[in-house]
Amino acid sequence: MSAIGPDGEPVVERVSIARALNLGLRAAMEREPKVLVMGEDIGALGGVFRVTEGLAKDFGEERVVDTPLAEAGIIGTAIGLAMRGYRPVCEIQFDGFVFPAYDQIVTQLAKMTHRSRGAMPMPVVIRIPFGGGIGAVEHHSESPEVLFAHTTGLRCVTPSNAVDAYWMIQQAIDSPDPVIFFEPKRHYWDKAELDPAAEPYPLHRSRVVRPGTDVTVVAYGPTVPLALRAADAAAEEGRSLEVVDLRTLSPLDLAPVEESVRRTGRLVVAHEAPVFLGLGAEVAARVTESCFYSLEAPVLRVGGFSVPYPAARLEDEYLPDADRLLEAVDRVLDT
Amino acid sequence: MTSSTTGRTSAGAGPTPTGPEQGTGPGTGGALHVVQLLTPDGRRADAGEDPEVVAHAAALTPEDLRGMYRDMALARRADTEATALQRQGELGLWASLLGQEAAQVGSARATEPQDRVFPTYREHAVAMVRGVDPADILSLFRGVDRGGWDVAATGVSPYALVIGTQTLHATGYAMGVQRDGAVGTGDAGRDACVLAYFGDGASSQGDVSEAFVFATAFQAPVVFVCQNNQWAISVPAERQTRVPIAQRASGFGFPGVRVDGNDVIACYAVVRAAAERARAGQGPTLVEAFTYRMGAHTTSDDPGRYRPSVEVEQWRARDPLTRLEAHLRRDHGTGDDFFAEVARDGDALAAKLRRDVLEMPDPEPSTMFDHAYAAEHPQVEAERAWYARYVAGLEGEDVAEGGAGTQGGAA
Repeated sequence: MSAIGPDGEPVVERVSIARALNLGLRAAMEREPKVLVMGEDIGALGGVFRVTEGLAKDFGEERVVDTPLAEAGIIGTAIGLAMRGYRPVCEIQFDGFVFPAYDQIVTQLAKMTHRSRGAMPMPVVIRIPFGGGIGAVEHHSESPEVLFAHTTGLRCVTPSNAVDAYWMIQQAIDSPDPVIFFEPKRHYWDKAELDPAAEPYPLHRSRVVRPGTDVTVVAYGPTVPLALRAADAAAEEGRSLEVVDLRTLSPLDLAPVEESVRRTGRLVVAHEAPVFLGLGAEVAARVTESCFYSLEAPVLRVGGFSVPYPAARLEDEYLPDADRLLEAVDRVLDT
Repeated sequence: MTSSTTGRTSAGAGPTPTGPEQGTGPGTGGALHVVQLLTPDGRRADAGEDPEVVAHAAALTPEDLRGMYRDMALARRADTEATALQRQGELGLWASLLGQEAAQVGSARATEPQDRVFPTYREHAVAMVRGVDPADILSLFRGVDRGGWDVAATGVSPYALVIGTQTLHATGYAMGVQRDGAVGTGDAGRDACVLAYFGDGASSQGDVSEAFVFATAFQAPVVFVCQNNQWAISVPAERQTRVPIAQRASGFGFPGVRVDGNDVIACYAVVRAAAERARAGQGPTLVEAFTYRMGAHTTSDDPGRYRPSVEVEQWRARDPLTRLEAHLRRDHGTGDDFFAEVARDGDALAAKLRRDVLEMPDPEPSTMFDHAYAAEHPQVEAERAWYARYVAGLEGEDVAEGGAGTQGGAA
């Protein structure tokens, strides 16, 4: 399967998020020889989620680097490669395994551009499968995005669908700044129709993915499909939800959210990460300030609880689902 | 190099310095051979040493040796001035290199222009040998910037303050050198290597072990230069390691060499041999320069609280400058004129350094927003604009849009 036909023409096809990422990585690697892919098990295996499948065979082990099993080493050497003019794309196998590299990311990668007064930009992408819902063991289901979005020097984005995944990974690789690229792992196999000849949407822009009139729902990554399902259910009860896919977590792009809230007067923010000090808090604070006289109800947040991510048999109760989201919708409408 | 890679013992393997390192505990002293080519009283002593290392030392001309002395003396003079500036309130902090001049000048002089060095925050002599203006180092400690030198022109990376992080950057950079085809071509102007500096304290950091793993797995052209100065602030080296640090390399599968870090000739020759191995594509080497931090960890430190003065005095007898001076006077006919000239140049350098530091303007406040990102970031720009309006408002200008709202928040 390829997005390029036998005569080199782009082919429109239905692809999964994992496949779209693979195609996006291929496109970036073909375009720019300095792009390297590095991480654990990404070579012969193609990554534990098969996102890098076939890349080692097609681009060689100089560009698709199966690294030793050491996350700080992966990010630390990626920083050095970036100093030498390379554009490393690092795969962290699971969200909970990024923390051995956290020091390198926060104290080094995020600050090197500033430290060098712009002389050493850090075009490093760190791909992190994140979020729960796959019945995994500990450390495989977490949502640490806010820890990175809070760190100046990093950009943070997350696609919610295959089309965005294809374009956003290429745009992230083109960025002169480090990009933490969160992939909604539960939805790796969700398919969408990808047209590689289409015009890509800008990386750092949010957008309305479902128009509505009664309540604005802000979501990103895995909560976007959730919000869309909730909107379907709400529609059956005659309630119209407008869903905004945030897409970019740093910088935030709240213009579409504010435009929406000025029409609906009501806002619910949903993410899998714990609500406390989550991105929803920042969205709520900003929208409250910018849309204070349009709001008909307090901004509500729906997300994970302030507990360690629970064992898999409890994750359905921990994670926000359509019922929890719709319960919040009910409350902002009842205010 | 091969014979020094096996961790041979000192028994019958040439002169071993009878120095304080033997008294710093079994963990770090041990019986590992220490490469020494210049005795503490300034005599050349090559017997039993690796022929390749000896050849690098033998190739040094008297002019080279005087250049090494000059580099060490100027670095020491700049260091002394920096300590004085800190004491006078002109620097926030200073990390003195006193005692480590030979390890730094010797290793830095083993590099080629196309090589890259990754310093900690104490490699002032390394930076100066590579062409960094010491004022551009002091600007960091004055709080003007994060170090003012041109990384590309000098091949000196920014100082690293999180211990050990730079060893991974060095290794990654070396992996890039490999990918650029700048290793093993035989072209002396093209083949490059990377020097990763760290200390005995850093040897305990996971990053350093991971750098060793990556460097050996990919046979990256990196020379790890550990200046074992015996003290990580207040903690002695034997708390960091129970084997000589150089010996660690064998567990990772690459050569490790311990060198007398106060012998500039040996430091040069050993690092030169390791660098040539790296440039030739033969992979990493760990060089442990066994030396001593004569001063405090930084100007905020008080070593009197944790180490005996007798130890400092023992090491003072092994001073790297005194040693090379004795050698130059005895074997190369270098007389008072040379040393007086170096002293005068040092004083002139110090005077200029003081003047440069005192003349450094405080940065414009708005520059704090510069280079937070390489490309424009709306949040940063909104806050930059908010701050400008806020300041204008304080100064009485009519700013209707003023500092209203959260700083840049509701932009």
